[in-house]
Amino acid sequence: MLGLAIVSLALMSVDHLTGSLDNFRSIMTVLVTPVVVVADSPQRTISGVRELVATRSEMSQQVDELENELLLLKAKTEKMASLTAENNRLRALLGSAGKLEDNVLVAELIGVDPDPERHEVLIDKGSREQVFVGQPVLDAAGLMGQVIETGPFTSRVLLLSDPTHSVPVQVARSNLRLIAQGSGASRQLDLMHVQGTADIRVGDLLVSSGLGDRFPVGYPVGVVNKVEHDPGKPFADVTASPSALLDRTRHVLLVFNDEQVRGSESDGRSR
Amino acid sequence: MEGVADIRANGMWVIATSFLVAMVLSVVTLPVSMPQEVGYLRPEWVVLTLIYWVIALPHRVGIVVAWFIGLIMDVLLGDLLGQHGLAYIVVAYVSQNLYQRLRMFAVWQQSGIVFAIVGVSQLINFWIESIAGFVDWSLWYLLPSVVSALLWPWVFLILRYLRRVFGVT
Repeated sequence: MLGLAIVSLALMSVDHLTGSLDNFRSIMTVLVTPVVVVADSPQRTISGVRELVATRSEMSQQVDELENELLLLKAKTEKMASLTAENNRLRALLGSAGKLEDNVLVAELIGVDPDPERHEVLIDKGSREQVFVGQPVLDAAGLMGQVIETGPFTSRVLLLSDPTHSVPVQVARSNLRLIAQGSGASRQLDLMHVQGTADIRVGDLLVSSGLGDRFPVGYPVGVVNKVEHDPGKPFADVTASPSALLDRTRHVLLVFNDEQVRGSESDGRSR
Repeated sequence: MEGVADIRANGMWVIATSFLVAMVLSVVTLPVSMPQEVGYLRPEWVVLTLIYWVIALPHRVGIVVAWFIGLIMDVLLGDLLGQHGLAYIVVAYVSQNLYQRLRMFAVWQQSGIVFAIVGVSQLINFWIESIAGFVDWSLWYLLPSVVSALLWPWVFLILRYLRRVFGVT
């Protein structure tokens, strides 16, 4: 008993202070993957049954809606292509590196951390698909979080709303740089250290600023929903609601930023 | 003629399966429409299963088994390796010391003890997580032990039924 207790304590310290057990953990995740998959099967069945019982008219209506959306998105993409080209030309004139297109990999959610205090999810792509620790994760609406642990077939993603997670952001309108920290509630982010006189309003869009070299620049993070300045406090109380549907999405995008990949390959910094 | 090894190995799969089911139940995905606070109502399935087997078969399921199951739970939940191991060896140790008395108790009296044991394991988990800097204290942490105690009679009856049907000794 005492021996095992000491082994536990030693393991925990090593695990917490160093990364030397990561390989062992990643092998072990393969063993527990079946448990995760079985645990997720009720969810899967519910959505499967829902698709089965959808009527023909509902389906064709959905197809119509999706086709319309596709058309709109295509139109936007066409515009994007020319804008990207123009942007790269201008950047070349300024002598700075052109922004490459980000490659993405689609992954599906297969598990949610049962502890409500922790905002972590499991996805069905792992190191076999070149997923790496620190990789940014998006959904269709915005930034979701980052990969914190990879196994061969699964990875664990820390969401923006986790109290231990922070992301450097920028107000799209005024370019004000801020830090958005998770609040522990899945639909709220706290903005840290906002000056009382800062140019920020309710409704402002926050995008990732790319500082810290972890998240790519310019993805939507959230929309400011409260700005309160209490003269008794040194900083304004500002919160935002995340753009990504942190607690509802089942499909996520893993971003492979070419710069980051190249940077890690050459074992140097990208800038 | 039955060898010692045969006796020891009988019904191992029943024990293993019950732990596997408990693990699945403890990470099963809740419907997205539910508020996340519902997660606090999740009983500690693995602890309940562990208590049952330690009381029923103290010579087979003990501290070592508890520790390995704890290790698997750590990987499953992405916690520090050894965290659940530590909590579970305390659970196994306490149950092993009390098993003769616990067997005499009525099921509802056992529930009271189960409440205390699950509470202690929650507390150990909470201590470790707060030392590692992950969480803030909230009274929600006590809820799983209440739910576990309320569920104990059913877990006990089901597992005892299974143990008798499959003759696990």
